[in-house]
Amino acid sequence: MENFDYVAPRSLAEAYATLGNGRSSLMLAGGTDVIVQLREGRKRCDQLIDLKHIPDLMTFQVNSDGSLEIGAAAPLATLYENAEIARRFPAIVDAATIIGGTQIQSRASLGGNLCNASPAADSSPALMALGARLVIGSSSGTREIAVEDFFVGPGRSALQPGELLVKIVVPALRENAGAFYHRFIPRNEMDIAVASAGVLLELDGSGQITRARVALGAVGPTPIMVPAAAQAVTGKAANADTFALAGAAAAEAATPITDMRGSIAQRKHLASVLTVRAFEGALARIKGDS
Amino acid sequence: MRRTQVQATINGERVEFLCEPRQSLLEVLREELNLTGAKEGCNNGNCGACSVLLNGRVVNSCCVLGVELEGADLTTIEGIGQAGSLHPLQQTFLEEAALQCGICTPGFIVSAKALLDKEPHPDEHRVRWWLANNLCRCTGYDKIVRAVLKAADQMEEVKPV
Repeated sequence: MENFDYVAPRSLAEAYATLGNGRSSLMLAGGTDVIVQLREGRKRCDQLIDLKHIPDLMTFQVNSDGSLEIGAAAPLATLYENAEIARRFPAIVDAATIIGGTQIQSRASLGGNLCNASPAADSSPALMALGARLVIGSSSGTREIAVEDFFVGPGRSALQPGELLVKIVVPALRENAGAFYHRFIPRNEMDIAVASAGVLLELDGSGQITRARVALGAVGPTPIMVPAAAQAVTGKAANADTFALAGAAAAEAATPITDMRGSIAQRKHLASVLTVRAFEGALARIKGDS
Repeated sequence: MRRTQVQATINGERVEFLCEPRQSLLEVLREELNLTGAKEGCNNGNCGACSVLLNGRVVNSCCVLGVELEGADLTTIEGIGQAGSLHPLQQTFLEEAALQCGICTPGFIVSAKALLDKEPHPDEHRVRWWLANNLCRCTGYDKIVRAVLKAADQMEEVKPV
């Protein structure tokens, strides 16, 4: 590994000052991506900024309106071990428990998973389906963007020089709403998604779909929202025929490549199947079946 | 490159060492502190052979920097059982022949200890899921899982009522 300076700011203000000192920077949260990238020479920096001593970035809280704010560097295990997150936001647990294995989850964070900007990242479609927003900070203030607008290309995010991801804000789910995320991998664990799907489903009192959000991973250069799939189900009854319409729209919207993990045809098929099953999973959660 | 002074607690003892920012915790353990129980397998976070307990959580020491250890509490395989007084996991790994070449074994025992510290009665599925970040290329896992479940049973038996 090439050498670099290690800086551990104690506050966001200190972190922004370090970011603005003219030297090239990378952020260190859990380090499960960036340390490997530095070692393999895929990335380099003059200074590595350890974010874990900034309390704002390591904590999370459920607000009085039921929304969830997650510090960008909070370890995944601290999230899914929290009973309130597990109860209110099981789709986050769906993703957080399958990013790497136990050792990775002790350190890795949602913020790191997002900033690494892999098209196959597990947290992205889950947070996109939930309608999460990202708070980005710099010495000149903060700005907020929808998580789906954060990804620019494989490995590239909307972060500008001098900026860092501060927190993820997930809106509360409404009454009769459920969300679900899952992926396809050829083994049981410790793998990267061949394709993945996250779904948010909202029903009215009679079981009609009032709103849906569908997000796909690993079927394009960035994770994508599929508004056509959401549109296809809105106003209809929540059943297999309706979900099949969303599945067809998802396959249509997917623009995957063929690589070592899967082919174009397989990934388009998976986009459909995973979308249908994510709707079923979200519906089961509304009914309290899981 | 200037070396940084780091103070930490390792296996219950206060330790001070010098390291470069680029040195992983695994390198520091093996090359500076002569704690060679943690093994380098993949060096990219997949195999778990370098597992250690950092502030009570199991992590891959190849994906931690030595400088991050400042103020931390670390347990390595050297801090789990001694010759003549093995940890129940070490004893059941022997009894169940849960190792062949042995490279993955320290990582498996450290990781399994983290599980049993947190959840004394895991079922087989839970053990397999928890240990998914530890790879073994010799035994095929069945014996390892059996050893962990047996250790959990034994640790339950010796607990005072």
